[in-house]
Amino acid sequence: MDIRLYMAQRLSAIIMIPLVFGHLGVMIYAIQGGLSASEILSRTQGSVFWFLFYGLFVIAVSVHGAIGLRTILSEFLRLNDLALDAIMWGFGLVSIFMGARAVSAVTWL
Amino acid sequence: MANTKDTMTVKVWRGDKHGGSYHEFAVPRQDNQTVLDVVSWVQQNRDPNLSYRFACRVGMCGSCAMMVNGTPRWTCRTHVNKVLDANTLVVAPLRNLPPIKDLVADMDPFFDKWIEAGGHHDPSASRYDAMPQIAPDDTKREVANESIECINCAVCYAACDTVAHNENYLGPAALQRAWTLYNDEKVNDTDAVLAAVSGKGGCHNCHSQGSCSLYCPNELNPMRAIAGLKSATIKHQLKRGR
Amino acid sequence: MIKGHRNHPLWYAYALHRVSGLTLVLFLPLHFYVLSLALTQPQRLDGFLHWTEIPAVKFAEMGLVFLLSVHLLGGIRLLVLELLPWSPRQKTWAALAAGGALFVSGTFLLNAV
Repeated sequence: MDIRLYMAQRLSAIIMIPLVFGHLGVMIYAIQGGLSASEILSRTQGSVFWFLFYGLFVIAVSVHGAIGLRTILSEFLRLNDLALDAIMWGFGLVSIFMGARAVSAVTWL
Repeated sequence: MANTKDTMTVKVWRGDKHGGSYHEFAVPRQDNQTVLDVVSWVQQNRDPNLSYRFACRVGMCGSCAMMVNGTPRWTCRTHVNKVLDANTLVVAPLRNLPPIKDLVADMDPFFDKWIEAGGHHDPSASRYDAMPQIAPDDTKREVANESIECINCAVCYAACDTVAHNENYLGPAALQRAWTLYNDEKVNDTDAVLAAVSGKGGCHNCHSQGSCSLYCPNELNPMRAIAGLKSATIKHQLKRGR
Repeated sequence: MIKGHRNHPLWYAYALHRVSGLTLVLFLPLHFYVLSLALTQPQRLDGFLHWTEIPAVKFAEMGLVFLLSVHLLGGIRLLVLELLPWSPRQKTWAALAAGGALFVSGTFLLNAV
């Protein structure tokens, strides 16, 4: 883990502090009375706020998770830097893509 | 092996860098007995081929460091009755270092990383310059003083799982030394100190497990020193970026 | 618990932080996939959400909430350790992180049942 990866991971972590607190709050609120697609979508559909909130969350968590995954793999598997970077970028980009789909799915913007 | 309360079972690792195994001995118990006493007894009374290190035997030099029941310790300062587990002692060479023979670990990688982290003095002045006046209660001096009493015993290095899993990682002792240099007024180029600990094996690999600070026999705090280095490297990087 | 040099609170904090991070990062693609069903197959999303009424699933959800909370709170402890002046009470902060996570996930569970 060099200083650039380290800074990206810590920065994405700091960005996510309020986002995770918000997400935990949403989860505790939303779980009451059970979950349903219509209940979730009635909150998020067409909402610029949730689009930005979860859009930022998707980018930050994809960066943070990809680097974290790379660190764990580097310590437990015998992989060279090229392989580790490939897995990190692959996971990160797939995560951003899937997350973007999820965010647009629920905010429909 | 008969286990009366007068003897205990002692398993001692025998081998070299190619591999080895534990040999078992029944060792008489004494009222006041250190693990070093036990190892010495085995070598003197049971197996003269056993290789092990010690020097001062009074807890000053750090030469006798070994793994005792899975924990790195100075064996001369470890009382048997404090660590005996089911009347058994398991003694092995320090973890994370290649064994030379039996309980003797090869300290070369440890010292190589000490140098790599910048563990040598690069002075900011010559003998012809005035000596910098550093007050003992100067803040940075006090911070450095908390970490300078490292005697390179490698207990922290053996305790660290990040050292175990990352062969590039410089380790707690080397990084703590870099921290003392960073806080030393007499050091010429603190940017170079930070650069030395920002590479592939640098301070940013530390996961703050805290085993280093917990097991340091001199009660030093490498975890804190490494956290300080992380903070210093970030601040330096952000200033440079501007 | 675990014998040897790992048997101390800050090592367990590290292990919990790593396990929680790994579990969450592996859960993430599944989470994104299920939500994206709202776009293409809303009926399937409702079908999936139906599963959340099963008690075992609610406990699993609580588990995920615990892992997210403990990773967040433990992560804050690490950011403070690395960016702000040293605090000697690391074990206390680690305990508070675990306790806080139990509180949040317990609140979640009580609202889920």
